[in-house]
Amino acid sequence: MAIRHKSIESKFYEDRERVLKALRNCDRRTFLKITAATMGAVMAKGLMPPHTFQLVEVANAAVTKGWESAGAQGALPFRFAYISDAHLYERTLNQRFVRAIVKAVDDVNALDPQPDFVLYGGDLAQLGSPAQLEMGRQILMGLKAPVKMMVGEHDWFLDLGEKWQELFGPPTYSFDWKGVHVVVLQSVYEKDFWTARKMTPEERMQTVAGLDNGIQSRFQVGGAQREWLKKNLAKVPVTTPILVFSHSPLYKYYRNWNFWTEDAEQVQAILKPYNKVTVIHGHTHQMLMNQIGNISFYGMLSTAWPWPYAPEGLPPLTIQMNRADPFDQFDGCGDGQFNARADGLVDTIYNLWDRNPVTVKASYLTSGGKVDRPPAPQFASY
Amino acid sequence: MKAQSKLITTTILSALAGGVVIGGWTIYPRARAAYAQSSQVSPVHAVPQATAGGVVVELCDGVTHTEVTGLKPGQAMTHAQALAVTGKLMAEWQRKHPGEKWLMAQASDQGTPGTAEPAAEASGGGARNIGGPGAAEQGAKLRSQQGDTYASFHDRDYKVWKAETDAFVAQGSEIFHSAKLLGGTIGVSCDMCHPNAANTHPETYPKYQEQLQKVALLRDMINWCIENPVKGKTLDPNDPKMRALEAYILASRKGTPLDYGKH
Repeated sequence: MAIRHKSIESKFYEDRERVLKALRNCDRRTFLKITAATMGAVMAKGLMPPHTFQLVEVANAAVTKGWESAGAQGALPFRFAYISDAHLYERTLNQRFVRAIVKAVDDVNALDPQPDFVLYGGDLAQLGSPAQLEMGRQILMGLKAPVKMMVGEHDWFLDLGEKWQELFGPPTYSFDWKGVHVVVLQSVYEKDFWTARKMTPEERMQTVAGLDNGIQSRFQVGGAQREWLKKNLAKVPVTTPILVFSHSPLYKYYRNWNFWTEDAEQVQAILKPYNKVTVIHGHTHQMLMNQIGNISFYGMLSTAWPWPYAPEGLPPLTIQMNRADPFDQFDGCGDGQFNARADGLVDTIYNLWDRNPVTVKASYLTSGGKVDRPPAPQFASY
Repeated sequence: MKAQSKLITTTILSALAGGVVIGGWTIYPRARAAYAQSSQVSPVHAVPQATAGGVVVELCDGVTHTEVTGLKPGQAMTHAQALAVTGKLMAEWQRKHPGEKWLMAQASDQGTPGTAEPAAEASGGGARNIGGPGAAEQGAKLRSQQGDTYASFHDRDYKVWKAETDAFVAQGSEIFHSAKLLGGTIGVSCDMCHPNAANTHPETYPKYQEQLQKVALLRDMINWCIENPVKGKTLDPNDPKMRALEAYILASRKGTPLDYGKH
């Protein structure tokens, strides 16, 4: 009989079944013995969660995190980390995505020195349900550094942002940090496609969750928010470095998959007068970089799954990540960091799980690809 | 020329209206319904009563007829008699349609059909054009072969087949996009990692898949994905769902050159 390699995840499920079976009919003493034994076995193997099953409950942290900008005073340079696109389902349905975001939280908590803050890049929930959002919030509360939240379409379109705003406040806001002006946008508004089709909120959310159906509208920042941005930036001198956090890319990459912002040109025009602008976006689940005029763009990795590169529209400066291995659930996923440099430009480190990290420097983008080129993939998507 | 192809089409239609199995291939239910419908709307030839005690023979154009005297109903004509009657009907038709030609598929002594027409008209009622260098010649006497299986298919057939195939591909797409239909237990569907079936590269199979320790075909990878990332039960290779998924994935890669063994 041919040897069949099981995926890491299948091995995980088998371990889990074994432990749960043993737990089914036991008293308290036996229970404690078993948990101690599994903990011992895991530590002996030198494995850290979530590579094998351990009975770990996510603590419901009573302590509230410092959501306010604690370290706003001071000067460049500074570092901040990111976790993005967790796409959480309820734990009873899907543990894989939970383990992935927990892994990212562990990564960021292990950074030494700690980053100034952690950007959460959007799509915390998969289908925008209160349970998913609450669980995501619980998990992110495990982060030691303060968290800046950004909303994604998967968080928004079940109830049009009601629960998100209850948990995390307004989706559009700005703050200043060590001489950098930071703007956080809600860049996944969509023109109403659901009323005419008489969709329920669940149907609307399911439609938005599907990347390749043509039914949903393209993302946009919207006129009202663009006005807000103009007013917000009016007081900022053109020499101040600007950081824009956005879920959709704020440029037009691939329309069919909504890797797209419909009013991208208008938003870019508002940002044009500023000398140093960096846009950091989620949604695309891949290593992605672009330079349009004075604006550098970085796409963040997802913790949940990698997207393939689109058949057309890929920005020429993008260095693709190596093709993901479907046999490894974490491959092509990860988290990362941004270094806001003394000159106000931003470098990034793609912390790809199960791979070597990739550093992309601002100079690579601003030089049009001539210097500091990151390593090329061995196997591109096809 | 236009009336000519119309005549041929009418002839074929009236021939097919009654039958379901023609030339060894079956018309599918949808097409059958279409044919049935067409027979309902086709005009009825108002056949006059026999006046001289013979049998009235009508032509397929719906208007021309002649009476064969001396023939009793149910009695067969002799070959010579039949030739004379049909010749008379044909002459009558040609008198009504001056300057038009009747294409005789079996009339090899008059040259193959379409000797004076471009390929599109000659092959009658829209059979597939024969491309290639010959077709480009201006005013050339293009000949197309007739009478064998593939030359007998027409536009309507191609439409039917395309509709059936597209429906099957659409079924595959539905399964591809639904964790429920895939039998997944964790809410993951194929399109999450493969929007529009991107990165499925079916054209690279068969290839040796290390993790399966065997040479894999597309359906082996589909099954692996169903079992592992999707966490459903593997499908039997001939399960209609598996076939539909394959159909959708292959359809989405139309035009990609085959490249088996590519890693």
